[in-house]
Amino acid sequence: MKTFLISAVIGVAVWGGATTPSAKATPFESDAALSPQTKIDEAVFASLKKLNIEPASICSDAVFVRRVFLDLIGTLPTAKEAKEFLEDKDPKKRSALIDRLMERDEFADYWAMKWGDLLRIRAEFPINLWPNAAQAYHRWVRDSLRENMPYDKFVREMLTSNGSNFRVGQVNFYRAVQSKDQETIAKAVALTFMGTRAENWPKEQLAGMAQFFSKIAFKQTGEWKEEIIFFDPAKTATLATNNLEQATTAPAEPAEKKKKGEGSKPAKLAATFPDGTPAKIAEGRDPRVVFADWLISPKNPWFGRNIVNRVWSWFLERGIIHEPDDIRPDNKPVNPELLAYLEKELVAGKYDLKHLFRLILNSQTYQLSSVPKSKSPEAEANFARYPLRRLEAEVLIDALNQITGTTEKYSSPVPEPFTFIPEDQRSISLPDSSITSSFLEMFGRPSRDTGLELERSSKPTTDQRLHMLNSSHIQRKIENSPKLQALFSAASGAVSKPPKPAKFRKGVKVAPPVSTGPTSEQKKAEVINQLYLTILSRFPTEQELKTVAEYMQAGSKREAAVDLAWALVNSAEFLYRH
Amino acid sequence: MSIKFTQDKVADVIADMHGGRISRREMLRRGLAGTAGLLMADCWSVRAFGAPALPKGKTAKAKSVIQIWMWGGPSHMDTFDLKPDSGQDYAGPLKPIPTNVDGVQICELLPQLAKQADKYTIIRSMTHGNSGHETAAYMVQTARKPGDGQVYPSVGAVVSLFKGYSAGYKGLIPPYIVMTQLQGRFSEAGFLGSRAKPFATGGDPSQSKFVVEGVVAQGISEERQKNRREFLHKLNTLDMAMPGNDRLAAAAQCEKQAYDLILGDAGKVFDLSQEKDELRDRYGKTKFGQACLVARRLVERGVPYVTINFEGWDTHKGNFQAMQRKLPELDKGFATLLQDLADRGLLDSTIVWWGGEFGRTPKIAWEAPWNGGRHHYGKVFTHVVAGGGFKGGHVIGSSSEKGEEVKERPVYPVDLISSMYELLGIDGAAKLPHPQGLDVTALPSTPAAGTTGGKLTEIM
Repeated sequence: MKTFLISAVIGVAVWGGATTPSAKATPFESDAALSPQTKIDEAVFASLKKLNIEPASICSDAVFVRRVFLDLIGTLPTAKEAKEFLEDKDPKKRSALIDRLMERDEFADYWAMKWGDLLRIRAEFPINLWPNAAQAYHRWVRDSLRENMPYDKFVREMLTSNGSNFRVGQVNFYRAVQSKDQETIAKAVALTFMGTRAENWPKEQLAGMAQFFSKIAFKQTGEWKEEIIFFDPAKTATLATNNLEQATTAPAEPAEKKKKGEGSKPAKLAATFPDGTPAKIAEGRDPRVVFADWLISPKNPWFGRNIVNRVWSWFLERGIIHEPDDIRPDNKPVNPELLAYLEKELVAGKYDLKHLFRLILNSQTYQLSSVPKSKSPEAEANFARYPLRRLEAEVLIDALNQITGTTEKYSSPVPEPFTFIPEDQRSISLPDSSITSSFLEMFGRPSRDTGLELERSSKPTTDQRLHMLNSSHIQRKIENSPKLQALFSAASGAVSKPPKPAKFRKGVKVAPPVSTGPTSEQKKAEVINQLYLTILSRFPTEQELKTVAEYMQAGSKREAAVDLAWALVNSAEFLYRH
Repeated sequence: MSIKFTQDKVADVIADMHGGRISRREMLRRGLAGTAGLLMADCWSVRAFGAPALPKGKTAKAKSVIQIWMWGGPSHMDTFDLKPDSGQDYAGPLKPIPTNVDGVQICELLPQLAKQADKYTIIRSMTHGNSGHETAAYMVQTARKPGDGQVYPSVGAVVSLFKGYSAGYKGLIPPYIVMTQLQGRFSEAGFLGSRAKPFATGGDPSQSKFVVEGVVAQGISEERQKNRREFLHKLNTLDMAMPGNDRLAAAAQCEKQAYDLILGDAGKVFDLSQEKDELRDRYGKTKFGQACLVARRLVERGVPYVTINFEGWDTHKGNFQAMQRKLPELDKGFATLLQDLADRGLLDSTIVWWGGEFGRTPKIAWEAPWNGGRHHYGKVFTHVVAGGGFKGGHVIGSSSEKGEEVKERPVYPVDLISSMYELLGIDGAAKLPHPQGLDVTALPSTPAAGTTGGKLTEIM
């Protein structure tokens, strides 16, 4: 750390004007010309033009590096990563970075978290998957994302697999519901993969779809809480079980009586696809398979529209149809051409979601600054700028931990056996929303009760502000930060430890430290630079340097440096994606 | 206040619940904002929602609730429902003692509470039949059955919604406080979302300084607080780049409220050095005891709902050692709270509600590895209520000879909760804000047969 700091001081003194385009007043915008680069831009800019809305400028490199790290891998760039990107002269560096990030492990972690919300990966009430099953489900989702399983296959796997909830992770889709009756399952399928709220459908439509899920059976095994999910042709009715957990040691509650069909002959299925077509299901054939094949057909408009619209909303906050999981005939897309283009690309790209990600992230639309140029109330809904969004709970605490070099302790005390999470594990890779954490709850982690996108809240609250500004939790992280200590000491002008005497170094004769080292002013500037790069992924502006220098004039220098780190993590620029 | 304005405000509430991702206009269009009610802008929680008007000529007796939540499920057989004649395998070593109410006996480890029995009523016939922590905690604190596709908010979230800012509460201290940690495996807020959660104090009130997370800092002078606030504002380059941004304005509003609390006097409610040592000793210098004292100070200042989350009652192993250790702590805190509230004239307007998610198996597991443990038991258990219009000195219902079944007068969670709501002036048919605009009420409209024993009219 020390060596790095000193070499950095001697090596570079770049900040402010050197990296910020001089003509711009903010470090958030760039001078790059705004002209449609992709089909996405053509569609978006055409609609903006029609509405007479001026789009924002293209964002600066500093904004881009931070944004794309957060959006793609839920991770803040380190000071080094940010600096390298800022100093990279390659004109194609933005798209190169997008490609690189999609190959990182955190990519799978972060998107498994997102999918975990929608797929309701929760061990406890009201979903009650049980810890082992929640972990198996999460592992399957993460592995699928890691190997970039095509989206149609990803969905088909979940809808058609059989096996143990502990071993075949994807079967837990059918267990991750508040009750396992066929209509509840049908609603979950419609919401997750069709982006539509089946509870608002006509009754017959839902009942017809529910038939496809009427032959799913759940069987206990000898292992505690293990369940086999399988196709049972003889099954006659799905009980609306309450999904209740029962304690190991509790006396047996009266078991729900099995409702056997009156006659033993299973009635013929009257399954109907949601578009009204009756399904022909051969005897002995698993109706889930028939449904899945209908669902993932490229001709099925629901399937592609749902996912491209969701993906769009994940990067730009609003769906082209909004809300993204409330698609219905009277909820019109704000930009039909854009939606149609993305749907076409999904099929052409063989359901490769990374292809879709690439298309969106390389567009100028995505790379617009969040600083608006238009006051039109329609601007946001038409994607005239990048939306300001607070960091998700997990991403925020991970970023704070990365900056300060600290960790969080997570465990789950109920039920036994307790779940312990290794301390160095990232919060974005927590498998289960039942893991207790008041911080994550406070900052809007979804409970995963329903799979609705809106469960995750990004609204600011007073308790969040109190916590960030004034809690011992955050205060300790900063003040005792193993990573920031050197910077704090350097700011206070404390003599940094001299390099090891030459005699201890292997074979190499090193000159004694030069007495004309960096001046205390240079040192201070470097501390400020490092803090800005570490926390905001950019160099400070001239104005900011001046403000900080003034603040450091009075009182304890160390305290002032701590206060700087505190102020930066409390700034909107840190707390929000922008 | 015009109806239009009110509707706009309700739309705000619901838009909030959607993480702010739905415009108010959209909400109104979708008819999600049809409920009228008075609202006050607030960053604390789900904003105040229309408080239902009380029937004419009626005023609510209770203003606040202190909930002593016995997380884990305390043994009814070793606290308030002893069965000395049920034999060694059931009764265990603890003996009953008389109380200041004729004929009512409680555990010998609760001598202070025995002197306060005229202030509270013991409900010995609580039941819901579930023996899983999470589901039972949900049932006891929401009056709902699980598995109907909705996750309802807890009593605390509902009371602070109806008795908080909409009912004229103006304090800077949030209307729903939990000491010191959230329940963890129980959502508290349900579909109201994370913003309806209680404010968790963190810290430990029995320490020389009760460091309430975010409100009371250690080692930062007021001057430095002020200086760095100013410093932060000067460095807020993104705010300066987009003046008037509505999201940043909302965040700034929250920040202002936060600083009012950090720099103002409201946080002094947590400063127990303002209390006499003698009183602090009577409460017991334990985390639970001092939390009881803080709870009294909070309701004194009008906070409508305070939960004391008292952990450690899941006594599968060594139940009796745990009772020896924990009951004296419970006894001092709970008993002194009742006496102190009464002395200050607060007991009439404050409901004190004691209980956990279930009881524990009447039959003792003497064998290894339990070594005298008791397991989960949802068939029958005990809760205690006092104050706020509940009469003291009574016992409601009873359990069977060995404490295994309800013998008389079953009391389901909905019975207890609807009784509290009546005393608080909360209409069980009042609408709750719902993120998808569903028509949901504070209490189930008509409890199914076999799930209600009726309100606690005996003591109201």
